[in-house]
Amino acid sequence: MSRIVLSSEDISRALKRIAHEILERNKGSENLTLLGIPTRGALLSARLAVEIEKIEGSKVSHGTLDITLHRDDLQTRPLKPLLPTFIPEEGIEGRDLVLVDDVFYSGRTIRAAFDALGELGRAATVQLAVLVDRGHRELPIRADYVGKNLPTSRIETVRVHLQPLENLDEVVISS
Amino acid sequence: MIFPRHLLSVDDLDYDQAVKVLDTASELSKFSGSSIKKLPTLRGKTVVNLFFEDSTRTRISFEAAAKRLSADVINFSVKGSSVSKGESLKDTALTLGAMGADAVVIRHHFSGAAQRLADAGWISGPVINAGDGTHEHPTQALLDAYTIRSKFGKDSEGLSGLQVIIVGDILHSRVARSNVFLLTKLGAEVTLVAPPTLLPVGIENWPVKISYQLDPLLSSADVVMVLRVQKERMVQSFFPTEREYSRHYGMNSHRLKSLSGESILLHPGPMNRGLEIDALTADSSRSMIVNQVTNGVQIRMAVLYLLLSSQQVVGEEV
Repeated sequence: MSRIVLSSEDISRALKRIAHEILERNKGSENLTLLGIPTRGALLSARLAVEIEKIEGSKVSHGTLDITLHRDDLQTRPLKPLLPTFIPEEGIEGRDLVLVDDVFYSGRTIRAAFDALGELGRAATVQLAVLVDRGHRELPIRADYVGKNLPTSRIETVRVHLQPLENLDEVVISS
Repeated sequence: MIFPRHLLSVDDLDYDQAVKVLDTASELSKFSGSSIKKLPTLRGKTVVNLFFEDSTRTRISFEAAAKRLSADVINFSVKGSSVSKGESLKDTALTLGAMGADAVVIRHHFSGAAQRLADAGWISGPVINAGDGTHEHPTQALLDAYTIRSKFGKDSEGLSGLQVIIVGDILHSRVARSNVFLLTKLGAEVTLVAPPTLLPVGIENWPVKISYQLDPLLSSADVVMVLRVQKERMVQSFFPTEREYSRHYGMNSHRLKSLSGESILLHPGPMNRGLEIDALTADSSRSMIVNQVTNGVQIRMAVLYLLLSSQQVVGEEV
């Protein structure tokens, strides 16, 4: 039993809105760095960078941050391969960082991301943008920019499909 | 992702798994430049370096790798241990198991020692072969493949089409065995060069070409791997004099000039400078010998991560 909760159009509209919100809050894109968490957070952060460039007319610094080595659940889950980390040349020291992920759930991925960031330097601010917030937080962490708040039960699964990994963009909930 | 329980031989890895080790090492290498080199990944794990044979770089390399992943390291060397009182491998292993070793890195002078340790059930965690007799030295082959790939290849690919020469004491070399099977698995073409006395029996069944002469091959080689002449394993004479060996098979500045293009020079160390390689060649710009050591730490971090980070792979048959 599964249904589509965000269509391709919904996703692109949400990303446009988030791009505007990020720019409003940070007063432009000059000191901004977007860091996507692989795999799908990295795709979303690249798309957000394109949207921000469209609005501002200038390039925005963006990269990817793999958090696998900092997870607290490595021992209890199957082996995870490392995914690419790419930190932009200007680094993160003193920047306004926006972490980008697809589904915001327990908050443990973001906790691991904080640890990973700690090794790279001291950012001025760290903000969080997610496409879907499905609730059930296990840690005191919240998102600054949310594509869609999606009330779920723990037995349901939320899948984000994004091109080019899948044929089309959509968010599907199934139980 | 599935990874074998132990790393005893390069045959434990299929093509995809071998490439995965190289890719993991290449991701880990990005951390080695940062100001904080330590990662929390293996916090609380204990890695025992069980070395029955002398070693500088392999032991230090495993130790550095384990420490950078926050594992605790216990170094065991035969000198100063109860092995010199006659304790067997079994009793040593049982002791280590009882102390809670999560992984054992073993180097031993007998071929098959690592296999024995892995199969016997004396310890529960993974066993990593760091060189057993004249059999295998898989992490050395992985770091050589990684060094070659970072020079010639692209990420997520093997070594297809590269011409690799391995010259020297093939007979006694576990490095050569591991490299032959790993590099050919990754798509390289390997030629072994040595005097007939230093080639093992049955070599005609290996997936390699064999030559007794080094000079005609140099111009077409992408990689020349020079092996150490293992005097400590030579109980009879395999060549008339060291000077003669050096003239026929040693890499020197004259032979260095016949190398073409981007080709590189590897040596697993320790070097006998002046015997299989002269000082000018070892320190030349083609020599990747120091890079091999750096890459060794990253490869061993990758192997420790892949073998130790997931309980489900490690803890099945405790």
